[in-house]
Amino acid sequence: MNFFSFSRAASVADALRDAGAGAKFVAGGTTLVDLMKLDVETPAVVIDINRLPLAEVGPAPEGGLRIGALARNSDVAHHPAVVRDYPVLAEALLSGASAQLRNMATTGGNLVQRTRCVYFRDTASACNKRVPGSGCAAIGGYNRNLAIVGTSEHCIASHPSDQNVALTALEATVQITGARGDRSVPIGEFYLLPGDTPERETVLEPGEMITSVTLPPPAPGARSTYLKLRDRASYEFALASAAVVATVTNGTLERVRIAMGGIGTKPWRNRDAELALEGKRVSAERFAAAAQIILSGVKPQPGNAFKVELGKRCLVHALKLVTAEA
Amino acid sequence: MLGQALPRIDGPYKVSGAAKYTSDRRVENMAYAVAVGSTVAAGRIARLDVSKALEVAGVIEVFGRGNIGKLYKPSPEAGMFDEARPPFADDAIRYYGQYVALVVAETFEAATAAAGLVEVSYREAEPNVALDLAPDDEPNEVSQRGDPAAAFDAAPVKIDQNYVTPAETHNPIELHATVAIYDGERFTIYETTQAVTNTRNVLSEILGVPREKVRIIMKFLGSGFGGKLWPWTHGTLAAAAARSLGRPVKLVVTRKQMFEAVGHRARTQQRVRMSAERDGTLTSLQHDAVNAAGMLDEYDENCGEATPYFYGTDNLRVTAAQTRRNIGSPTAMRGPGAVPGLFATESAYDELALALGMDPVALRLHNEPAQDQDLAIPFSSRHYTECLTLGAERFGWSQRTPEVGSMRRDGTILGWGMAGCSWIAARFGAEARVELHADGSARVLTGTQDIGTGTYTILAQYVADATGIPVERVVVEIGDTDLPPGPISGGSMVTASMVPAVLEAVRKAMKSAVGLAAKGDAAPFKGVPADQLVFADGRIGRKDSTAGAVPFADILQAASVAFVSGSGKAEGSFGQEHPKYSLHSYGAQFIEVGWQPEIARLRVHRIVTVVDAGRIINPRMARNQIEGALVMGVGMALFEEAHYDPRSGAPINSNLADYVMATHADAPHMDVTFLDYPDTKLNELGVRGVGEIGLAGVAPAITAAVYHATGARVRVLPVTIEKLLLGP
Repeated sequence: MNFFSFSRAASVADALRDAGAGAKFVAGGTTLVDLMKLDVETPAVVIDINRLPLAEVGPAPEGGLRIGALARNSDVAHHPAVVRDYPVLAEALLSGASAQLRNMATTGGNLVQRTRCVYFRDTASACNKRVPGSGCAAIGGYNRNLAIVGTSEHCIASHPSDQNVALTALEATVQITGARGDRSVPIGEFYLLPGDTPERETVLEPGEMITSVTLPPPAPGARSTYLKLRDRASYEFALASAAVVATVTNGTLERVRIAMGGIGTKPWRNRDAELALEGKRVSAERFAAAAQIILSGVKPQPGNAFKVELGKRCLVHALKLVTAEA
Repeated sequence: MLGQALPRIDGPYKVSGAAKYTSDRRVENMAYAVAVGSTVAAGRIARLDVSKALEVAGVIEVFGRGNIGKLYKPSPEAGMFDEARPPFADDAIRYYGQYVALVVAETFEAATAAAGLVEVSYREAEPNVALDLAPDDEPNEVSQRGDPAAAFDAAPVKIDQNYVTPAETHNPIELHATVAIYDGERFTIYETTQAVTNTRNVLSEILGVPREKVRIIMKFLGSGFGGKLWPWTHGTLAAAAARSLGRPVKLVVTRKQMFEAVGHRARTQQRVRMSAERDGTLTSLQHDAVNAAGMLDEYDENCGEATPYFYGTDNLRVTAAQTRRNIGSPTAMRGPGAVPGLFATESAYDELALALGMDPVALRLHNEPAQDQDLAIPFSSRHYTECLTLGAERFGWSQRTPEVGSMRRDGTILGWGMAGCSWIAARFGAEARVELHADGSARVLTGTQDIGTGTYTILAQYVADATGIPVERVVVEIGDTDLPPGPISGGSMVTASMVPAVLEAVRKAMKSAVGLAAKGDAAPFKGVPADQLVFADGRIGRKDSTAGAVPFADILQAASVAFVSGSGKAEGSFGQEHPKYSLHSYGAQFIEVGWQPEIARLRVHRIVTVVDAGRIINPRMARNQIEGALVMGVGMALFEEAHYDPRSGAPINSNLADYVMATHADAPHMDVTFLDYPDTKLNELGVRGVGEIGLAGVAPAITAAVYHATGARVRVLPVTIEKLLLGP
């Protein structure tokens, strides 16, 4: 039996004291408990952080919005400030999982959500992310919903979250605390490529905790959309998704932020694609060119090669939606 | 009472949580079992080390080959089963997930933990889970008439295509489960089964005990879709463990194991050759089907079930073949045979209509047969053409423009497609007993079962209708082999099968009550000949006058009789060798899809379905059956496929997130019409069944609509995004 110690932290300091190598914080539990049942996650220490005062959503001191790590996905999606100033985040959250899961899942938990690669979830299969050095069964196996960019020969697992794609387009910052103090990491630097260490997915060190996410003040006049493409109409991870936040003035794109989900090993952003659009007139050709840039360097598998075209259409359509005359 | 849209009488039990499903059963001193499945799909067990598992606190025993106790192979006459090999019978592994050990512990948690510590090493062999299906043996000829090859060669218009349906899993929300109790002599087994009697018969042979020593109970089922028709090895293991330990044992199959060792719809590959004159007259039809089977079974998907009689043609040949794979045994899944078979033939019909430049409805109407040409017998009650014409009318089919991509609404391309469907109508043998009680209530007892489809309510309606007793005063006792044997809940046949047995039983009971009314000193109709009395509306009175009729309960009380009863028994018609009539249900599916090529998004908007399924006893529950089947059809057409890893042979998308099924958000607008023509050749009430017909024809109607919208003809289900993304 996988025995583990379980404690309920009364304060952040409490939680950090007990946390170390082999420890996991549990909040909504929608990923961790699921994976513990499958023996994929086998933490020695589980620390319940649900009682910590980290669920607040409110103005950030430096402007913008701070979302506590324990704010539930449902609460964030329906929060008036999010709906008003960051609708792309609300849309992304509501496109994910099911209402029941969103009621449990938290902002911080969603940031470190694990992949849905079927081999990662199956302890009988080789998986470098689960057991470093064991190999990657997804390469040459069933990989229809896995990544086409950011992959390595060791791992092609796709990043599963919708929230994190929107947060990437919004240029969020992740606040982290740990034994060595507090730090803030821009979300663009928070996720790691699998390389030859696919077991490491973020810059979080053992024992560190996410306390909040801050969003910069909304760009004046910005419009946004989250477009998610998948087989069925709900309750499915993205085959391709795009979060676009853009400001358009008289038919010219002023400021553009793009992040894509479903296609990459992390929320996928390429500043060059945004630069190819900024200062340019709205045009379908430019959208296609931007998609080409984002999808440059793809390494598709036989089972997911269609995502190259799907991803392109996803982004082009999202850009059309955002720039369409009201 | 018959034909009334009553709510189901078991509904309150289900919504309040009072309904006890198999895994809800807890009995004293019960131990928990967890089965360990093979992690290879082919080879042999080299070593099974249970020492670490046995060390886990709370573990009682770990069973494997050698200590499970004697298990026999069921004889062919035992009944129906797909996996004949008793579990642990040898050390050969033939599919991924095949049970290799069973851990029994004081708690589910301890059993689960210990199951993870059972160490198995294998001498692995290369598994064969290849997708392309070539027959292992010479195909069987299912039906043959005329000279189809010559007619095909000579025809001016022809179609020759291959169609593929993938392995699908049933995925009822309720996991398969067994609670087995052994008292040293008798087994009492709670089992998630669609067929208590068959389970008893087969399990008694496997356990090597007389039938009367095995009792099977199933009161509520969280759906089965065919996956729970025949006994699977987990039930055998639970019973054998209970026998060995002298303790009740509960075993609940995991969701992952639901993809491995409890059946699935076989993958099929079907070649259809069809030819016609230029006016649409069908001159030949050849339908050659191959299905994947497990290594030890002979599973025949019977894809050509509906082919020989559905449309008229003088030249026809239907064949069936199997090819073995390292997969668990396939089994019946809602509409076995006809559902994948009609995907092929109805798709070919659509392609033929296109080749002829003919409307697909008109082509079908043109080839309506006068009789069943396969058996050269008349149809009992066939109203297929009305399904087609009424469906077309309700759908607005006349507004269809046939050119690909020619119809649009709000920027979305619309595709309109249709297909016909048919499903067998027959009765299984059935027995029933009906009691009429002195408190004015009635009981109906039969060993059939309600698998969520409404059998409790239907049986109450039958008795209420015959007696005039209010439906809420009819108690229905089913799902137990201690009751008179009842039919399996499969083949859409329970509602039809129960008619003669229940009517005979209730009439005998009523006759018994009438007899009491005329006999004895206290009898209200003392001295009146019984044949002058009649039981109607819950009362017994004179035939010639409604005045003075007495509630039957008063008559029983006057006679100091607690209850009267009657028994009924009817032989089945299923599998009859020389039927006089061709009995089938029919239907037509008209479907609109929406296609947005800019984001490769396909959605099913609406389905109009017209069903000719005999007389409808309860339109609310019947519509519920059809609507559920239509949503399942959306999943079959667009999403569902069990993927076997080509190297390990594991069904790898073995969970409800990665095995994609239709959600509520995918459910289209549904318009269901029943023609409601009684088929009295099947039973006195003219009832057929509605469990499966709603799924038949949905997938080919969707792929026809997809073609109309996109120009892409998808012959390999499901219609995933990648098959449409780059156009035809």
